[in-house]
Order: sequence, then structure tokens, then C-alpha cells
Amino acid sequence: MLLVTEQAPLLTVDSLSKSYAGIKACDRISFDLYPGQVLGIIGESGSGKTTLLNGLAGHLPLDGGDITYRDRSGTLINLRTLPEPQRRKLMKTEWGFVQQSPRDGLRMTVTAGANIGERLLDVGARHYGNIRTEALDWLSQVEIPDRRIDDFPTTFSGGMQQRLQLARILVTRPSLVLMDEPTGGLDVSVQAKLLDLMRSLVRTLNLSVILVTHDIGVVRLLAHRLMVMQNGQVVEAGLTDQVLDDPRHPYTQQLVNATLIP
Amino acid sequence: MAYSTRPKNALSSPSDQGNCLLKAENLHKRFVLHHQGGISLPVLEGVSLSVAAGECVALQGFSGSGKSTFMRSLYANYRIDSGSIWVKHQGEWLDLPQLPPHQLIEVRQHTLGYVSQFLRVIPRVPALEVAAEPLMELGVEAETAHDTVRELFTRLSLPERLWQLSPTTFSGGEKQRVNIARAFAVNYPILLLDEPTSALDATNREAVMQLIEDRKAQGCAMVGIFHDDEVRERVCDRALHF
Repeated sequence: MLLVTEQAPLLTVDSLSKSYAGIKACDRISFDLYPGQVLGIIGESGSGKTTLLNGLAGHLPLDGGDITYRDRSGTLINLRTLPEPQRRKLMKTEWGFVQQSPRDGLRMTVTAGANIGERLLDVGARHYGNIRTEALDWLSQVEIPDRRIDDFPTTFSGGMQQRLQLARILVTRPSLVLMDEPTGGLDVSVQAKLLDLMRSLVRTLNLSVILVTHDIGVVRLLAHRLMVMQNGQVVEAGLTDQVLDDPRHPYTQQLVNATLIP
Repeated sequence: MAYSTRPKNALSSPSDQGNCLLKAENLHKRFVLHHQGGISLPVLEGVSLSVAAGECVALQGFSGSGKSTFMRSLYANYRIDSGSIWVKHQGEWLDLPQLPPHQLIEVRQHTLGYVSQFLRVIPRVPALEVAAEPLMELGVEAETAHDTVRELFTRLSLPERLWQLSPTTFSGGEKQRVNIARAFAVNYPILLLDEPTSALDATNREAVMQLIEDRKAQGCAMVGIFHDDEVRERVCDRALHF
């Protein structure tokens, strides 16, 4: 974690491409992600940022490119040729996906505790008492009171639902978490609490994160690095402070200048 | 994206004579404002500077002369158009503009500190945590990191009742002291200071000057912008004029 130079990338994306009806949603996107790094991806609606995230997670078929992931045992895995059962297992264990809408990331018809326990059951946990203890532990890590464990997520506020999504994913100790607008639609004060929680979890769990958002304040706070997307292409990339303090591309300049407090 | 582990021009890295820790060579930087008629502002046109261990160099010049741009370029916050910024990182010369992002992050964590003029506050995070963060990122235990910060807060006379509060509501001078403590908590071999005393009263200015002098005595190479003549004349060994 300290001498990142000694480490190999966790994820290498090479020339990833995806078109919809002849329109390039992702045009030859390449980047490396190192352990413990948060990579922000910003761009307006239709820039291809969500397509990129869904392509990485295997939620949609890609036209070209390679995605190489280094798993916990240090083995390099080509995600595009990985058989479906193994890919699914990886997504439930070493990867996590935080959806913009909690309805897509949570099961609204089971309790908060069951939402967390489900991922553990998926990876083979069977002891009810242990699962419940683990669920309680994660609820407290995401600042949800113990007494809410048997409540349905439908009774939770938007901010609490997002925190429950985090707990549901983090329970299997993933190495890589993909997030699609995790603070979208939340009140500013609720956002601040979620961002602060994500900041501390990233550090204590040494998570690598790919964070898609259109909110410059969110990337300033969370992301080490930033890629700016427009029309399916990465138009600018660098450390977050470089891109936001010294934007070079016309689109990035427009984005930064339009922000009240960048 | 393939990056070589060493900068391509490693062969031309600076020699080790004179105990130099930072060497900027022939920096050029222009800003192109695409939404203001594509106007191009050349700000740095061939600026060079070497700084040795234990030395503090003042950047001097009127507003808009490029000294802040130069300082931000040394931190690789602004990306230069051409030139080299050699930094001695753990015994090895690295050229900042050539580094891939993860190595640049590492150089900033271990070797190159920066006291910005304004503290970027994070809602809900107490001053003590804000200042301890760079140490924690290096893997220092929370208790040790907090002790270091408490010591610095005390030296900088930051009232103890503020330590557990988020600096959001702090005065300019209080925020500036949190920012200084944050940068001085880590023993960076190279430190860049952007007007570190601008919002401080005489007593606290004196405390900061002593911190700078202590660090110089320990061999830290420093570059600073100081509008206060008294501070500059006391802590700086020479000046680079813009």
C-alpha cells in the first residue's frame, strides 16, 4: 500500500470499444488502475461514462478491447474470455457495483440484514449466527443503527439506502468497487455524510474505486485521478488536481468554469 | 497504457554535486483559454532553478509575473509544456512530468510537500484528522500521527477547543495554521510554501518562521512565495526574480 511503485496494476483496460447503432459510446478507452486508487470519470450525459462502467462490469457485451484483472492470488485474468460462472463469482466476491438507484443495487423485498447476508451466502457462508454478526458489524461501519437490521430498505431514507448498498458490497471485502453516481439524487447534507464515509472506507479497506459522476465536487473529494469523457472518448486525464486546476481541453475548461466552487 | 518504470531521459538526470534535491530546467508553460477566443498566455518561458538541501529560495515578482504558476508546476499541479522537473526521491532522480500518475502520487506522499495558500476543508472531518491525513496515508499509526499534529497545533497556538471541530467555520488564520501543521507533520525532503504567513499575526508568524528554520537545519530544500519582507529576508537564502 505504501510503495505503490512495487505493485502491479489491479486492472488494465486496453482499447475498450462499444458502439450502439454505429455511434461510438466508448472509443478505444485505455487506462491502468493501481491498488488503493480512486479513479473518477466525469463527463455529461451521453459521454459514454456509464457505458464504460457497465462494460467493465460485464453488464453489456463489448465490441473490442481487453480488460485484465489481477485477482487476490496474483493471477492475471482476461475478463473478456473468462467463462460466465467464474465471471459471476468474481463480481460477487472481489468486485462490487454501487448503483445510482438503490432499487437496482438492493433487494427491496428482504430486510437490511438479509441484503448484506445474501452476498455472504453466495460465497458459501452457512452459519446464521455468523452472518448476522457480520451484517451488524457492517451496518455499524456504514452508520446504520443496529435496530434497523430487520427493517426493509423501503423504510430507509435515500442516504441510508446508499449506505446499505455499500455494506452489502463491502461484506465480501472486494478489491475493486465500481460506482455509478453514488451521490446522485441525495440532499447536499446527506451527500457529505456518504462522501465522508466513502473516503474513510477507501483508506481503511485499501479499496480501488472507479467512480462515475458528473459532480466535480465529488471527484475533488474522493478521486486521486480523473478521466474526462466526451462523445465516447477520453479527452483529458491526469491527477484530479491537475485536471481541475489546469484544465487543457475545451470541454474540461467549460466543465470547470461552469462549477461554482471547483 | 504502457509506462516505462524509469523516465526516458534518465541518462541526463542531474549529477549529485552540491547536495541538490530539486532541479527545474527550462520550464515553459502557457495557458490556452478555449472559451475566451482561444487566447494563449505564455507565463513561463524558460525558467530554471536548483535548490540544495537546507536552502530556502524565494520566488519574487509582482502579481501575475508567474511565480505562483512556477510553484504549482514544481508540484506538478500545473502541467508544463516543456522542460524537466528533477526531484530526488529516495535516492533516485525522477523527472516529474514523465511520471505515470501512481508514481507522482508516491513522490508527493513521501518527498514533495506543498503548503497551499488556502485549506481545502472537508465537511465533518475534524482539524486534527485533516492535518493527520498525510501521515496516515504513509501508514503511520493514528495515535502517533495525532501526537505529531497535536505538537504542531500547540506550537502554532491553535486553541485546543478547535482540534475536534471541522475547520469549515475557522477564521483564515486558523485554517492557515491547520494547513501548515498538515504539511509540516510529514518530514518532506522538499517543501513548497505558497504565502504560508499571509493570514497570521506577529506571534504566529514567528512560530512559522521557526518551523521553517528548524526544517532547513534538518536539510529540507524549500521554495517559497512570501509577500512579507521580514519573513522573506529572515528565512530565505536567495531569490529567483520573475
